[in-house]
Amino acid sequence: MSMLNSSPHGHQGHSTGQVMQQVMLACVPGLTALTWFFGWGTVINIIWLALLALGIEALILHLRGRPIAFYLRDYSALVTAVLLGLALPPTAPWWLGLIGITFAIGIAKHLYGGMGYNPFNPAMVGYVVLLISFPLQMTRWVLPVGATDALPGFGESLVMFFGAEPFAGIDAYTGATALDSFRQQRGGMLVSEFWSVTDVMGRWSGLGWEWVNTGFLLGGLYLLYKKIIGWRIPVGMLAAIAILSAVFYDGGSSASGGSPLMHLFGGATMLGAFFIATDPVTASTTPKGRLIYGAMIGIIVYVIRIWGNYADGVAFAVLLGNFSAPLIDAYTQPRTYGHRK
Amino acid sequence: MEILTPVFTLLILAVVFGALLGYAAKAFRVEGNPIVDEINALLPQTQCGQCGHPGCRPYAESIAAGGPINKCPPGGESTIAALANLLDVEPEPLDAEHGVEDVRKVAYIREDECIGCTKCIQACPVDAILGSAKHMHTVITSECTGCDLCVEPCPVDCIDMIPEKNPLQNWHWQRPDPRLQNVQLIVTDQMRKAS
Amino acid sequence: MSIQASHSFYPLPGGIHPSENKAQSLQGPIRQAELPARLIIPLTQPGFAQAHVQVQPGDKVYKGQLLASGNPVTGLNAHASTSGTVVEITEHAVPNMSGLPELCAVIASDGQDEWQKLPPLDPAETDVDTLITRIHDCGISGLGGAGFPSHTKLRGALSKVHTLVINAAECEPFITADHALMREHADEIIKGIWLLLQITGAGKCLIGIEDNKPDARDAMLKAIEDAFDDRLSLVEVPTKYPSGAEKQLIWLLTGTEVPSGKITIQSGIMCQNVGTARAIARAVLHGEALVSRITTFTGAALEHPCNMEVLIGTPVAELLAQCDLDESRLSRVISGGPLMGFHLPHADLPIVKITNCIIATTESELPTPAPQQACIRCGFCTDVCPVNLLPQQLFWFSRSKELEKAEQHNIMDCIECGACAYVCPSHIPLVQYYRATKAELREAKEKELKAEYSKKRFDFHQQRMEEQKRQDEQRRAERAALAKKRKQEAAAGGEQAGGEQAGGEQKEAKDAIKAALERVNAKKAARAAKASQQEQNDTEPGS
Repeated sequence: MSMLNSSPHGHQGHSTGQVMQQVMLACVPGLTALTWFFGWGTVINIIWLALLALGIEALILHLRGRPIAFYLRDYSALVTAVLLGLALPPTAPWWLGLIGITFAIGIAKHLYGGMGYNPFNPAMVGYVVLLISFPLQMTRWVLPVGATDALPGFGESLVMFFGAEPFAGIDAYTGATALDSFRQQRGGMLVSEFWSVTDVMGRWSGLGWEWVNTGFLLGGLYLLYKKIIGWRIPVGMLAAIAILSAVFYDGGSSASGGSPLMHLFGGATMLGAFFIATDPVTASTTPKGRLIYGAMIGIIVYVIRIWGNYADGVAFAVLLGNFSAPLIDAYTQPRTYGHRK
Repeated sequence: MEILTPVFTLLILAVVFGALLGYAAKAFRVEGNPIVDEINALLPQTQCGQCGHPGCRPYAESIAAGGPINKCPPGGESTIAALANLLDVEPEPLDAEHGVEDVRKVAYIREDECIGCTKCIQACPVDAILGSAKHMHTVITSECTGCDLCVEPCPVDCIDMIPEKNPLQNWHWQRPDPRLQNVQLIVTDQMRKAS
Repeated sequence: MSIQASHSFYPLPGGIHPSENKAQSLQGPIRQAELPARLIIPLTQPGFAQAHVQVQPGDKVYKGQLLASGNPVTGLNAHASTSGTVVEITEHAVPNMSGLPELCAVIASDGQDEWQKLPPLDPAETDVDTLITRIHDCGISGLGGAGFPSHTKLRGALSKVHTLVINAAECEPFITADHALMREHADEIIKGIWLLLQITGAGKCLIGIEDNKPDARDAMLKAIEDAFDDRLSLVEVPTKYPSGAEKQLIWLLTGTEVPSGKITIQSGIMCQNVGTARAIARAVLHGEALVSRITTFTGAALEHPCNMEVLIGTPVAELLAQCDLDESRLSRVISGGPLMGFHLPHADLPIVKITNCIIATTESELPTPAPQQACIRCGFCTDVCPVNLLPQQLFWFSRSKELEKAEQHNIMDCIECGACAYVCPSHIPLVQYYRATKAELREAKEKELKAEYSKKRFDFHQQRMEEQKRQDEQRRAERAALAKKRKQEAAAGGEQAGGEQAGGEQKEAKDAIKAALERVNAKKAARAAKASQQEQNDTEPGS
């Protein structure tokens, strides 16, 4: 087959598959912290979702008449599975993951044309579908080590996974997340007061969560160092959260929205900033646009956390960001060489 | 009595908006039929009549009246795309009934065979042929639109349509062929399976 | 006082750092290639216009003898690169992107390599016009890559240029032809630069060189020092691809952005490659036509990579053999660098004026491109684009043939450097998409202009036809009126009067013919006078 190939004839040697592998590798510190503080549930979720993701991806590729092995090797389905697995509560039963990943890969990804064509982050679509449809299961987190003496063991995690409801012991382990109790149970307390009466808060943010976020921050810095992701989206998002929470911190009064550190290291902030908002397919693509896109997500996250109806808002914020990405791109074209300044 | 409030409100609104609409219709009135001009501007102006209309403007009028946009071979795919974009309709493939898209050609008169009948001069829609009765004619290449209309009337068949540019000038890169790409993929897939 | 390289430069946005692979071909000095038995010399003209071939098969030619010329303004002379006999004038495959054959003269060498040089010129006593004419006569074109005729560029630059930029960056991996040239012939390059300064009238010259060739830099600095000319300065820029692209180098050295769609001369800057400068020096000072160049032969399939001075027209296969090609390892032959060069279908192709490098590569050195995957908009391409485009957006527009949108996103400013495709993790042949789209845009523009012009012509034609029709009608009406009048007169009696009037009409017609003939004769005389005057004008400069 003689085919004219245009230059260049050399290549850096990176492939999409390698990019995705690096992303998964960078999840390890965060996942370790999650497992340390909240038990084996997340690991079980990820394994289960990964198997499902590969199966569903292969099935749909087969239905679409695409070469299966070639597309599976881009690892994009696995990344979706890992991200959704990290976001699901460790108590999630098997069917929750099944529904979530089916929506994520079947509908949010392949109905729009597959890898590269999806306008919305598949993992976040799956997560939001579950959050709206199954609010009870989706907000039932395990209490972190330190807040409870009894972290569910691997066996008990498996029992929860297989969804033996009503599982007598489940309530012993579960409770609201730190962000959730901060908004629900604080009443009129000062921030410091709340910190002293509750056992779900740690040194500067939610107990356990601060370390989970530190883990994802480390992973994110690794991705930045490897130049897998750019600095603009995470910086935009974290800066927006930091600034907004500083403005509304109010010295920790009873009307306070919590300290910047609590927000930066609470909930899914770091996971969102480095792993989810940076999903290039659905993010803004211009340099300036990425800063705006990140900042917009940060603002929405904070707004939802403080004045919204949910304890955390990363998933919604990212989807709203996805909506506006094309518009942001259209207004943030960089100046090309030789064009007027 | 309460019924009157909404009635009056709606009435006033109707009057206000009616007045606005009436004013707009007068103030922003567009003279003539600019859409025909716009369509005509997109056509290649070869005046070749391959579309079945006696020139580009009549074809533009037929398109403006809702006719098909895929009857112009000299314009080809790009003209169809431009028309589809202008009229906000789906682009269609070129209707092969009217001919196929080809490289741009110009007429060439084999001058030693020309008998000087002036028939081609009369046929040329853009006055691109030079000559007078009983004298050899020649085509001014830069003016020729390649419409083909002079070929038919020539009684001694001495007019050829030749490509305007040589193959090297016409060559340019083509997009990578997606079909080839797919074949390649499936082959690599099967090779991996086999190994 | 010792001259130092300046390090002040304007940083280039984007860019990549591919592995350089330059050391392999720089181990030895420039070799002299063996004299080939048969040479294939392309007679190609810029824009593939028709060449005026000056020789016929069977003619005996000397080295440096004119084979073909072109349009006097934009044409490029082709010369025999050794002495021998013209075997045939035929279409032959040459190194070009399309793979289409071009008109070539095939010459059988007589082994004497006998020169026919033009008389050397003394620049101090030669006017600019003569210098440019000499450059034209010697068939010099840009040796950096694009191959634009140097005389055309220089004529366009006359008294419009304040700064001369000399491109010694050589930013593409593998290529070391300019590097080797500077190591060994820095003095000739400086002489060429002097000539360029004299011709353009530029007040200063900036020589841009990448910091990965210290030995070439030192050789150039020494030559500048010896030249005692404070118009010359050498600027060392960081090694980064594509700092050697014309407009990029100008930015690096002067901080000037050449406006989109304009040529550098419109910004008062002219860029010339070091090889071109040397060729100009040889042409003016020695009367040598451009019949040889320095080409890098490299790649893992060669036992002995090197730089060679080769005659234009030497078959690539022979030269590869002189570098001990290992056929069993060879995967591809590339002309130019790996980032902007093109693939050669086989090695029975001649060296041409723009062949700065031949890479005989192996599969492990430059692997076959991997299959294309979907774009994930990772933006790596945006980060490396040296002209701040959004390559991923351009890709989507190119693929869906949205020409208008691609143009709005400035696709025409793409310099096709290939940095985007080099980093693309999905292995998308982006440059090929852009090249196709740019060509289509150019064609569409051309078509649009032609249509506009044709419409004007057609409208004029219509108007003329209507006018003619109207005049015909009017004349018919007049004749009818006249006939009626005559009939009335005839009816009134006096046939004689009618006859007389007819005679008068005939006489009028005869007068008209006579007047027309006189007009024609007068015109002929005028034209003849003009022609003879022109001939005088034509012969004057040559005599």
